[in-house]
Amino acid sequence: MPVSASVLRPLIVVPAWNEEQTVGETVREIRTATPEIPVLVVSDGSTDLTVHLARLAGARVLELPIRLGVGGAMRAGFRYAVHNGFDAAVQVDADGQHDPRQVPALLDELGDAEVVIGARFCDRGDAYRVRGPRRWAMVVLSKVLSWLTKTRLTDATSGFKATGGQALPLFAEHYPDEYLGDTVESLVIAVRAGCVVTQVPARMRPRRGGDPSHRPLKSLLYLCRAGLALALALIRQWDVTPAAQKMRPVGEA
Amino acid sequence: MTDNNYVIALIGSVLILAGIIELLRRRQLKEKYAVLWLLVGLVLVVFTAFPALLERISTALGVAVPTNLLFFVAILFLVGVVLHLSWEASRLENETRKLAEDVAILRLELAEFKREQDRAPELEQND
Repeated sequence: MPVSASVLRPLIVVPAWNEEQTVGETVREIRTATPEIPVLVVSDGSTDLTVHLARLAGARVLELPIRLGVGGAMRAGFRYAVHNGFDAAVQVDADGQHDPRQVPALLDELGDAEVVIGARFCDRGDAYRVRGPRRWAMVVLSKVLSWLTKTRLTDATSGFKATGGQALPLFAEHYPDEYLGDTVESLVIAVRAGCVVTQVPARMRPRRGGDPSHRPLKSLLYLCRAGLALALALIRQWDVTPAAQKMRPVGEA
Repeated sequence: MTDNNYVIALIGSVLILAGIIELLRRRQLKEKYAVLWLLVGLVLVVFTAFPALLERISTALGVAVPTNLLFFVAILFLVGVVLHLSWEASRLENETRKLAEDVAILRLELAEFKREQDRAPELEQND
C-alpha cells in the first residue's frame, strides 16, 4: 500500500550519536505511527548501546565507524536510500523532538516539492520555545532562505525534513557535513539545483534526553556561526547538475 | 615606507585575502579553518593599509620596535597553527586506523560468510 500519492517507497532516516536513552523509544514510536515505512538508524560513531537498542526496536542500522556529524550521517542515509531504490527519505531525530505521526503530512507535500521542511513557529501552541540571539539567528536565516527559495520558511534550521525527487540523489552526493550545513547549506544547494522547497507546520516536542542550550554566550556563538555558515553557503560553488544526473537509482533492490 | 612599496604590499595582502576566499568558494577549505584564515587575511590587509596602527599599538604596549611586535605575534600564531595541525593529523591517523580495522574485520566476516554459502549446497546433497 503506498503511503502517499506521490511517494512509493519512502525511508525514515534517524541520525543518532550516543542516543541510547532515547533511540529505542523513538524507533518504536515511528514503527507504530508508520508501520509500512522502513526505519534506518545511522549510528554516527556511537560508543554506547545505540546500535544494539535500535536493532532491538526493529530498525535497520548503519554503523559509521567514525563520527562524521549529523550531515555525514544523513548523507550515508541518503546514499543507502538511493542504492536501495527508495524514492524519498525523511529525517527524524533520535531525541524524540520530531513527532513521527507528522511524517505522512511531509510525504504528501513531496508531490509538489523536492524538499519539505516540518517547521515550528507556525502556530502558537508550541511546546518548543527559543529566545535571545539564537532566536534572532533563526529569524535571519529563515528570512534569507525564504527569499532564496521564493517561499515562506519559518524554521530553516529544522532537521525534520522530507527529501524526494531529484533532491535525493543530489543530497546523496552533496549533503554538507559542516556545522549547520545539513540545514542551511543543504537548502541553498537544493535551490541551486532547481529543487522546489516548501514547508508544512509541525509541532516540536521537548527533547527526551538532554536539553537545548539557551545560555547567552553559547547563543551568541551560535549567531556568529550561523551567519558564517550562511555566508559560506551563499558564496560557494556547487556543480549540482551533473551530480544529480550521475546518481540515478540503479533500480528496485 | 615609500609609496611604491606601500602599493605593492597592499596589492599583495589583498591578493592573499582573495586567494583565501577563492579556496573557500571552491570548497577546498573547511569551515573550521575558514574563520582562522579569513581573520588572518583581514588583519594583514588592515595593517598593510594603515601601517601607523601597528606603531601606535607597539607604543601602547611598550614595544620599542613595531616590527618586533609583528614578529612576536606572527610566531605565536604560527606555533598555534602548527600545534593545531599536528592535533588534526593525530586525529586523522586514529580515524584511518579505525577504518582499516573495520575493513579487515569485514573482509574476514565476508570470507567466512562465503565459505558457509559454498558449504550449504553440499550439505543439502548429503542429506
